[in-house]
This record gives sequence, structure tokens and C-alpha cells, in this order.
Amino acid sequence: MIDLIQKLSGIYGPSGNEELVSEAIREEIESYVDEIDVDVMGNLIAVKKGTGDGKRIMLAAHMDQIGLMVTHIDDKGFLRFANLGGISVANSICRRVVFKNGTVGVIGYETELNSWKDITLSKMYIDIGASDREEAERLVQIGDVAVYHSLFSASNGKYIGGAMDDRAGCALLVKTIKSIGDSPNDLYFVFTVQEELGLRGAKTSAYALEPDLAIAVDVTATGDTPKCKPMAVSLGDGPAIKIKDASVLAHPKVKELMITTAQKHGIPYQLEILEYGGTDSGAIHLSRSGVPSGVLSIPCRYVHSDSETIDAGDMDNGVKLLIKILEENISI
Amino acid sequence: MDAKAFLKELIDIPGVSGYEDEISRVIMDAFKPYCHEVRRDAFFNVYGKKIGNVGQKGPRIMLAAHLDEIGLMVKDIDDKGFISFTNIGGVDQRILLSQEVIIHGKERLYGVIGAKPPHLQEKGETEKAVPMDEMMIDVGLHPDDIKKKVTIGDLITFKSPLISLGGNMVCGKSIDDRAGVVMMLETMKELDKLVFSGEVYFVATSQEEVGTRGAIISTYSVDPDIGIAIDVTHGDTPDAPKDETHAMDKGPVIAVGPNMHPKLTERLMNVADDNEIGYLIEVEPGLTGTDARSIQVSREGVPTVLIELPLRYMHTTVETLNMENIRKAARLTALFIASMKEGWEECLTY
Amino acid sequence: MSDLLRRLTSARGVSGDEGDIRKVIIDEITPLVDEVHIDRMGNVIGYKKGTNPKRKVMLCAHMDEVGFIITRIEDNGMLKFATVGSIDSRILPSKRVKIGDKGVPGVMGIKAIHLQEPSERKNAVKAKHMYIDIGARSKEEAEKLVSLGDYAVFDSDLVYFGDGRVKSKALDDRVGCFTLIESLKGNYPFDLYACFTVQEEVGLRGAKVAAYHIQPDIGLVVEGTTCSDVPKVEPHRHTTRMGDGPAISIADLASYSNKRMVSFLIECAKNAGIPYQIKEGITGGNDAGEIQRSRAGAMTAVISVPCRYIHSPSSVMDLKDLDNTVRLVKEFLEGCESL
Repeated sequence: MIDLIQKLSGIYGPSGNEELVSEAIREEIESYVDEIDVDVMGNLIAVKKGTGDGKRIMLAAHMDQIGLMVTHIDDKGFLRFANLGGISVANSICRRVVFKNGTVGVIGYETELNSWKDITLSKMYIDIGASDREEAERLVQIGDVAVYHSLFSASNGKYIGGAMDDRAGCALLVKTIKSIGDSPNDLYFVFTVQEELGLRGAKTSAYALEPDLAIAVDVTATGDTPKCKPMAVSLGDGPAIKIKDASVLAHPKVKELMITTAQKHGIPYQLEILEYGGTDSGAIHLSRSGVPSGVLSIPCRYVHSDSETIDAGDMDNGVKLLIKILEENISI
Repeated sequence: MDAKAFLKELIDIPGVSGYEDEISRVIMDAFKPYCHEVRRDAFFNVYGKKIGNVGQKGPRIMLAAHLDEIGLMVKDIDDKGFISFTNIGGVDQRILLSQEVIIHGKERLYGVIGAKPPHLQEKGETEKAVPMDEMMIDVGLHPDDIKKKVTIGDLITFKSPLISLGGNMVCGKSIDDRAGVVMMLETMKELDKLVFSGEVYFVATSQEEVGTRGAIISTYSVDPDIGIAIDVTHGDTPDAPKDETHAMDKGPVIAVGPNMHPKLTERLMNVADDNEIGYLIEVEPGLTGTDARSIQVSREGVPTVLIELPLRYMHTTVETLNMENIRKAARLTALFIASMKEGWEECLTY
Repeated sequence: MSDLLRRLTSARGVSGDEGDIRKVIIDEITPLVDEVHIDRMGNVIGYKKGTNPKRKVMLCAHMDEVGFIITRIEDNGMLKFATVGSIDSRILPSKRVKIGDKGVPGVMGIKAIHLQEPSERKNAVKAKHMYIDIGARSKEEAEKLVSLGDYAVFDSDLVYFGDGRVKSKALDDRVGCFTLIESLKGNYPFDLYACFTVQEEVGLRGAKVAAYHIQPDIGLVVEGTTCSDVPKVEPHRHTTRMGDGPAISIADLASYSNKRMVSFLIECAKNAGIPYQIKEGITGGNDAGEIQRSRAGAMTAVISVPCRYIHSPSSVMDLKDLDNTVRLVKEFLEGCESL
């Protein structure tokens, strides 16, 4: 698992530019699935057909990560940017970013500002060390997207790196594909695009697939760091079964299914309420005449930073739980 | 069962957004005697179908009133047994102190949202509203006992049964939009006295309070020609702006604006005028905060009208409504449906 | 060109009340297409059958403009209003409007400076505290002229000024409508749907149902977009520059343009010697968002005519930019089968 997570979290893949992630995942799973395809938006869809009269189940994990798009190159070679997804000021100041072609930059801000409260993304810039516009334009152009330049670390049972949101979810699905036994259900593993821009890939792929049921796999925040927003999820206490976030109220029957399966097989789990944020299930559940949906969440500290932190045990238990759910005959 | 008794019954049944199982069953039972078919989908939308009693081909009309209510949800239980919570839907946290609530765990538990006594307040503390994060529910039980009965994610509703005020006014929680559901039932009864063609789907939608989600799903499912959304709007109070509130005794409110089909809305007003049913007009410059917003853009588009009941103190435990408006709105809607005769497609054009 | 542009921009069409502009557009496109369809929300769709159709291409521009709706008629004959679409209320004081089908003239007055405290003049007046005066002395008198729910547009004529520049209301997005009409004069192998949408300004509403109906493979949106290359705005916030040609969007808040389409648009511009610019910044959202995400998804891109002072009665554009936008769309349509 550690190699897989290290590999996937290190691939360049901001929203709208998920191709390299898609290729890497395809390579990993190709020989384990019955069909594999890419749709017009770039979603990677892999099918494992079931053995009997099971349900048509859609699994979703998003390939995209948040990024910074170059919007302007000034005379002195500094780059102005706009955010793709939830880029915050606090997590960006003086951090390093990297472009697809390997160009490295540092995010600076207009230091004449007197108060931190006045700093906004439009008062920040990326410094790629160019001395003028021409030099900068040899390295990047308007529309190019940078991501946080992160170092992967495995320490004390934790995995720390960039893009755990949601490469951890992708890794969990890849592992599931490789380890799952026979299932009565037809399983559609969708590695979605542009989740960070508004659950866009999930919307169109759900419409095309018309699943009976869906489970998204994504990271969630924790409530176990000093003086944090209260939340009953802790790193290492098991995968979390989402009750709600701002985009979806997990369908009670799907939630129940996930809980009883965890209890039945003695897999540790937590219950998650997120008072903000959204996941692919937010888009999937509203498709056509409705798709009962749930979310399997991976507890993660420092979400949307360059050091997102997840727990190895939570990942392993997450795979175990998902496999047990999918191998069942489901009645919803 | 009469309208007030039905409303009283519905108010007491829990049905917070996403967890409408119980209330949807009760509504299905209530619809059955008046509909040809009644069914429920996986998201607890209830569909009551009435088929027209004359031969010609009329429109497929969908009515929508939401059956979900705002409420709270158990977020955590501390070592002393106090329960912290989050909101489902737009709950104004200023109404929460000292409220009586019911926690729907493995059994129903009665609790109160505690409030700090004035004796212990710091100077200036009383100027600021207490944030929801700092409130707790006290159920009066030992923590070990509570943890056997209550889990994170359990729903919490307010205890605020329907009471009658002076005149035709009633007051309680969740009149938004149980009154709309009652109005749909009354419309069925009115429609039984009339001649109409086509099919009418009376849909009690789920999850309106968290983003009209039930309406998105159910409109796709029904695929209607015409949509009639039914909800509540603001009744007049001294502290609210005049151009956003309505008198309680001048009839139901008909909305105009980009979210509503102009010719269809005009027809609705003509039916009201022809039958001497008084109404008020609400001008909505953008998307309305009702199921109409999602019905209008379903599939290839659904011409939609919006009928609203004036309601004071919306989203509190003392929502106040004039029962007369339910009766008038039901009669108006039934007459409107019956008016869709030969050439009804004309009123959907531009 | 000038007459069509004038007719398009002067037509009334606040979101939800597009009747007037709808008529103008139907008149223009009927001789150019095989079928004109008005759908359930009032979108106008001109269908031109292809000579050898393999795919469906949807061109899209919105008919609606930002404006106002009357929310209350006061006892003293004054009208209260709300803005429809996003308008900065600081541009409103002292503007003239035309209300309803009959174009009843009204003014947004504020009290004279003689009557204001110095501190009052420092604060912006909010739309909800303003009134439209139509000269009525009572509610009864006002009700003879206007009704609740009547829509009002800015009273602003098209003016040619400066060096090839135009001032008007509603350049966003009558310039797009203009471009679509010009494009319909060509003949193409694919099935072309020229879609004039409603209610873009209040949430991309018309495009959602139009795209669902048409099920396009490719969607190209032609818009009027922010152009802020003026003093006191830092260069990196200009977004586009007047006179530099049609602006191609990489992404905006509603959609991330299909990369192949963007490359192809740039190639078309270069090959035909058409000046173009890349829109800087991802502000704003438009119908492409709904088209791209309709049903199982579509390829979409957006090109825009730079418009200064957008969403005001005096927006300004350069005629050369409009001309080059029309040229670029034609080039695109001629070659897009290869996408």
C-alpha cells in the first residue's frame, strides 16, 4: 500500500489536468478488470462484472488535486495566479509549487500589506526565479497550472504528502480492485475528474452509468488536534462512515449497510459529520431519479495543504471494509 | 380528517431532511383514499397520482410541497453525558436556548437545550448570540446510559405541537412545509368536485431544506408538462421590510419573476380573479428558495408556478399560519388544474 | 453590421422577460436555418441541418441582460425595485430606465447633494434603499402605468464614438447573439444548433435545459466578458485588453474549457491571421458550465468579446474585436469536424 500511495500522491494532476494520474491508475488496474475506458470529460471508468443478479454499484474517487493556474505574467517575470479548488492563503505563503514541466516556484505575497488579514490570493504571486517576462515565458504560459511541491514521508504509521485528497481514495479503490474476490454485483470503479471544481466528473459519469447505488471514497477532516473545530473523527481510529457533509446526507440504508458490515467483520470504524465541504456522492445521488449513496472517508489532517496526513491502519481497514461491502448481496 | 387535524398530526411526526421515513408513510396513508396510485421512492418522496375524469388528453401536472423539516443532529456525546449537535437546514441558532427537544435514538429521549443563568454572565456577554458550537442538550441521564441509547448522527426534533391562536391562526414547528402537504390533500378533495383531464402527481418532496434535493429527483422521475410548487413565504411582522412580507389575511401569495412561467402565472391569476379568490403577489428577482427552482430546469424545462402561504416566524418553533389560506390555495389550485382543457399547450408558449 | 447591432442591443430582454429580443432574433435567423424551435423556458434554437452530419455542434449566446424588476408600488407613487442579475448598485444613482412593455420612462433619483450630510456622500446607496420615479403622484396613478413584476431595462442607446468604439447596454451578450447570427450565414457538414439562451444572468438556467434537449458533442459559447484595462486597476487584474482580439478562456468559475478545443481555436486564429488573446483569470461563469456537464458530458470552450464596464448601461467595446470574434468562430466551424 505504501508504494502505491507514494506513487499516486506524487503524480502531477490538478483539476482539468488529470491525464498522468489516469494513465498511472490504468496501468495498475488494467489486468484486473473486464473493461476500461475514458469518457469525454476524462473520467477513467473500470468495470468488474458480477457473478449473479447483484446490484449495479458505482465507486468514485477523484484523481484531481487542487492547483494554482497562471493568469498573468508581469514585466519582471512574476506570475499571478487563480485557485483551482480550495487553495487557502494560510497554506500557501512561502510554499513551493511545481509545474508539469518541472519548473519550481515559490509563492510570495505583497509584503507592504500591514496585516495578515489583508492578504488575499490576488495579492500573492509565484516566483520562478525569472528576471523578466521573456525568461518566464520560456518556462510557463498563461493557463499552466502548478501544484504544491510535496515530499512524501512515511513515519510512525502515518503517510504524509501532497494530494492525499484524493489519491488516498484512488489507492484504496486500486487496492480493492486487486484484492476483491467474487461479487454478485457489477462494480463500476470511476476515477473522476474535476471534483475540486464542483464534483463535475462525478455528475456526468453517474448520468452515463445509471447505478443502483454509489459509494465515494474521499478524505475527511479530523477533530483530534489542539483546539480544533470539534468533530468526532480521529486519525487511526478507523475508516469513517459519512453521515453528512454540505453536499449530501448519506442515504440511511447505505449508511446502515456500511455500519453493519463493519460490525459484522470486526472492522474498526467511526461516524463522520462534516459541517462543510462536499464529495462526489453529492453529485451522484442527485442523478436522474436519484441514487442512494454513501461515502467511505479516510481521516486526514491538514487537508488542502502540502502535508496531508493519513493513517496506514485506516487505509488497510478501509480496503477491508469496502471489499466486504461489495462482496455482499445488497438489498436497498 | 379535516385540514387542521391533519396538520396537527403531521407537525408531531419527525422528518428531518434525509430521514423522512416515518412522515412519508403517514402521508402515503393519507393520500391513498384520494388517489389512483400512491408510491414512495428510495429518497422518501411520496407520489400520489390522480387521473383525470374526462376523455380528452390533458397535461401531466406535478405539484410539489416538501415533507422534510429543519432540525438538529447529534454531533458528539461528552463524558458527562451532554450532547453537542449540528443543524440540518437553516436553523437560526438564536431560537435554540431553552428549547425542548426530542432525540430520536434507539428510543425517543426528551431533552432541553441548556442556557447559562444570568447570574453567571460576564459583562457584555449577553450582547452576543451564543454560537451553536457552545450549546448542549441535557437529557438528564447517566453518560453510560445515554451512550447505549444515542449515537452520533441521531436526529433531533423540536417539541412544539400545534396550538390555535386567535382567529384562524395556528402556531407550531415545521408548518414550513407540512401546511403545503395539507394543502395538497385539500386540493385532492377539491379536485374530486370538479371535472379535469390529464394526470396530476401530488408529490411530497424530501430534502427541500438542504437544497431542494427531493424535487430534483422527483421532477426527473415524473417528467411533467407543468409544475406547481407549494411552499410558505414571509408573513408581515413589525420588524421586517414591507416589500418582502405579506398580510396574513388576504389570501395565498402567487409569485412572479424569472423562476415562474409568465403565461402560466397569468392564467393562475385569471382563475383566481374569475372565481373571486383573493391573492397577493410576490416579486422574486432571481431563483426562489423553493422546489420551483429545481422543477423549472429539469430535463428539457418545466413551466412552473409558485403558490405560497404567508407564514410568520419562519424556521422557528412558533411558525404562525392562517388556516383560511390553505383552504383558499387548495380551491385555487384545483380550479387551475381543471382549467387545463383543450388547447392547454397554448399557455406554455412564449 | 451596425443596424443589426443596434437592433440587438436596444431590444429589451431582462432575465425572465426576453420576449422583445426573442422576436428580433427569430426575425433574423428564420431565413438562415431549417427550423426555429422555442423551448419550454423560451430559449430560441435555430437548427441548420448539416451536409454530412456525423456530430452535433451547439453555438451558444445568451439573449438576456441584467436589469430590474418592480417589487412594490408605494402609496406616494414611487416604485421599489430589485436588481435582476448582478449589478453594482453604485452605478444606479441618476440613471434612466424604461419599464414594462410600453417602456414607461423612469429615473433612479437620489436626494440632491444640497440636502445630504458630508458623511452621507461617502457611503454607497444600496439598491433596496432606492426608488424609481415615474412621475406618478399616487399609487393609483402609478398602477395605471406599471404593475408589480414589470421588468425595467437601462435606457441606453447604442453610440459610436472614439476610434471604432461602441457604447451600449447589454453588449453582454448581444455581441454573442450577433456572432451567432453571422455564423448562421455559412454552411457546414455537421448539424448546427444556434442556441440563444434565456436567464444566463440568474444562474445559467436556459442553457441547462437547451443542452439537455440538444445533446451536443461540441459546444462553443460566445460571450461578452470583463475588460478592465483601465487606470487604477493593476495589470494582473485587467482580464482582457480592448482591441487585442477575441479572448479565449482556459477556464472560468463554471467550466474548464476542453483543451483540444482551446488548442484548435488558437491554431485557427494563427492560421487565419486573426488577433486573439487568452483571457487572464478565471472570473465569471457562463452557459458552457451547463453544456459541459449536461447528461454524459460534452466538449466545450468559450470565446469572448472584451467589454469594458460590463453590467452597466455604458459598456464599451471595440468593433474590431467583434469583427475578429465573428471571423474566429467561422474559422472554428469550418474546421471543427477534425476535433
